[in-house]
Amino acid sequence: MEIGANDIKEIVVISGKGGTGKTSIAASFGYLSGDDVIMADCDVDAADLHLLMKPDFAYSEDFYSGELAFIDSDKCTSCGECAEVCRFDAITLRNGSYAVDALNCEGCGYCTRICPASAISNIKQQVGRFYISSTRTGANMVHARLNIGADNSGKLVAKVKNETKRLAAAYGRKTIIVDGSPGVGCPVVSSLSGADLAVMVTEPTKAGLHDLKRIYELVQKFRIKAGCIINKYDLNPEISEQIRIFLRGNNIRELGAFPYDEKFTMAINQAKTIVEYDRSGLGRLIRACRETMHLMINEKQML
Amino acid sequence: MNIAIASGKGGTGKTTLSVNLAALFAEERKIVLADLDVEEPNSGLFLQGDPVSEGVRYKYIPEWEESTCTLCGECQKVCNFHAVIQLASQIMIFPELCHSCYTCSELCPTDSLPMIPQRMGMLKHSKDGMIDFVESRLDIGQEQAVPLIAQTIEYLGEHFGENTIKLFDSPPGTACPVIEVIKNADFVILVTEPTPFGFHDLKLAVETVKELKKPAAVVINRYGSGPADEIIEFCHTSDIAVLASIPNNRRIAELYSGGELIYTKVPEVRTELEKIKNHILKQWK
Repeated sequence: MEIGANDIKEIVVISGKGGTGKTSIAASFGYLSGDDVIMADCDVDAADLHLLMKPDFAYSEDFYSGELAFIDSDKCTSCGECAEVCRFDAITLRNGSYAVDALNCEGCGYCTRICPASAISNIKQQVGRFYISSTRTGANMVHARLNIGADNSGKLVAKVKNETKRLAAAYGRKTIIVDGSPGVGCPVVSSLSGADLAVMVTEPTKAGLHDLKRIYELVQKFRIKAGCIINKYDLNPEISEQIRIFLRGNNIRELGAFPYDEKFTMAINQAKTIVEYDRSGLGRLIRACRETMHLMINEKQML
Repeated sequence: MNIAIASGKGGTGKTTLSVNLAALFAEERKIVLADLDVEEPNSGLFLQGDPVSEGVRYKYIPEWEESTCTLCGECQKVCNFHAVIQLASQIMIFPELCHSCYTCSELCPTDSLPMIPQRMGMLKHSKDGMIDFVESRLDIGQEQAVPLIAQTIEYLGEHFGENTIKLFDSPPGTACPVIEVIKNADFVILVTEPTPFGFHDLKLAVETVKELKKPAAVVINRYGSGPADEIIEFCHTSDIAVLASIPNNRRIAELYSGGELIYTKVPEVRTELEKIKNHILKQWK
């Protein structure tokens, strides 16, 4: 059944700070939804969702983005103009001839355009691979792997998101769950773009609160509904209270609060989601959290 | 000597290790700690320094000079990042896509795209006893961390000698921000945790340092929270030393949560940090 793009709701799980439990929680939501959902791993440079979802990597495709300058040493007259115009120190003189340092080259093509001997060409870069899979929970999953040190992670994230939306429409899935990346830079911006709900996972630590405030500032720029999960809430009750004051002050709904519990880690160690590993304890809390989340996403008004 | 404290996975304890190690070094010598995780800088939450200097950091982007522009379209043609677009009667610039390569500006036949500074973040330098602390913070909405990281490393080079030990608290991942840090490091400490996530991302991080041909060692954090055999075996076959193992316990998590130093209150942590410190000093001599 083909469904309209407007019927598809996209939930992005983000955290600002790494290691707050984002991936474990996203995978749990995915598990609870069975095949009624499409998962997307947008943490393309340190992707971990596949370790819990066990995708089959059924379809894969190279991802090309950006370019790299290449100097043909036979044509190069060593005039040095390329090195002069390069703003990235990417062209250096080695044993009398100029060469491009791939790690520094941004692929702007300035050198290629001005080389008097036409010795430089720009080559399209394969910066990663992206995959469409079936997973052990029945959900389809779109994921990717950025090559080490590759630029353009934002573009690969955008590709993952677009493919996810296309699949959701084609298969008639109404919910997309996105495991976002840490930080506030380009991959996160791409993760949030077009989402219906941002689920911010935080922890009651000074760093957790600090990063929550920054990521919320970014979420606000996108005018997306936002909810928050406080993981390990009992680790530091004072900061948990500060988080709650921040949430109330900004009309952000608290979707759930989970206690500090080693079962979180134990579940990962058995490659299971928390809802499978600890059905009655943490699992119950996550199920409740998911229900609130779905109520929230279907509310018409912006909260 | 530049030492990067990095990890593929976020939340493994980079900042905890950076701050505590800096404080341990500072018991007997001067040390510079730089928070280069400019998207989410957190080291400063653990230090109480007196400000030394503070300044806005800029990147350069083109600005359209309508009066001299002939709408020849050269700028749009030469921009590989689609940051300059020509419309019917105007040139539009998308600063978030601009890589500050100057191509459009310098190849414009009428000099109608002068490069002007645009704010991307702040750099703060403070001093907490023997610790010089430098932190950069990317403005929300700015997407590119690399130019700010590069400027911060440049600042460190201008203000501190080659012989000063500089600790870089790095961004997570394996993409361009962390590469910018590691390529400027002499030695990399990779922090991991004994979970499948930690192990998986450690393998990526090791691949990264090997690609950049940097010497590296591993610190296992939350040791005991899961089986570490695979990690230790992997480090052994990759010829990478495991320098220390920081135990997993709630007390450490609580101290961290409140922004407190850990090694001064948990003796086992001091013992482990001493191992790292001695390894670094041995490298440095």
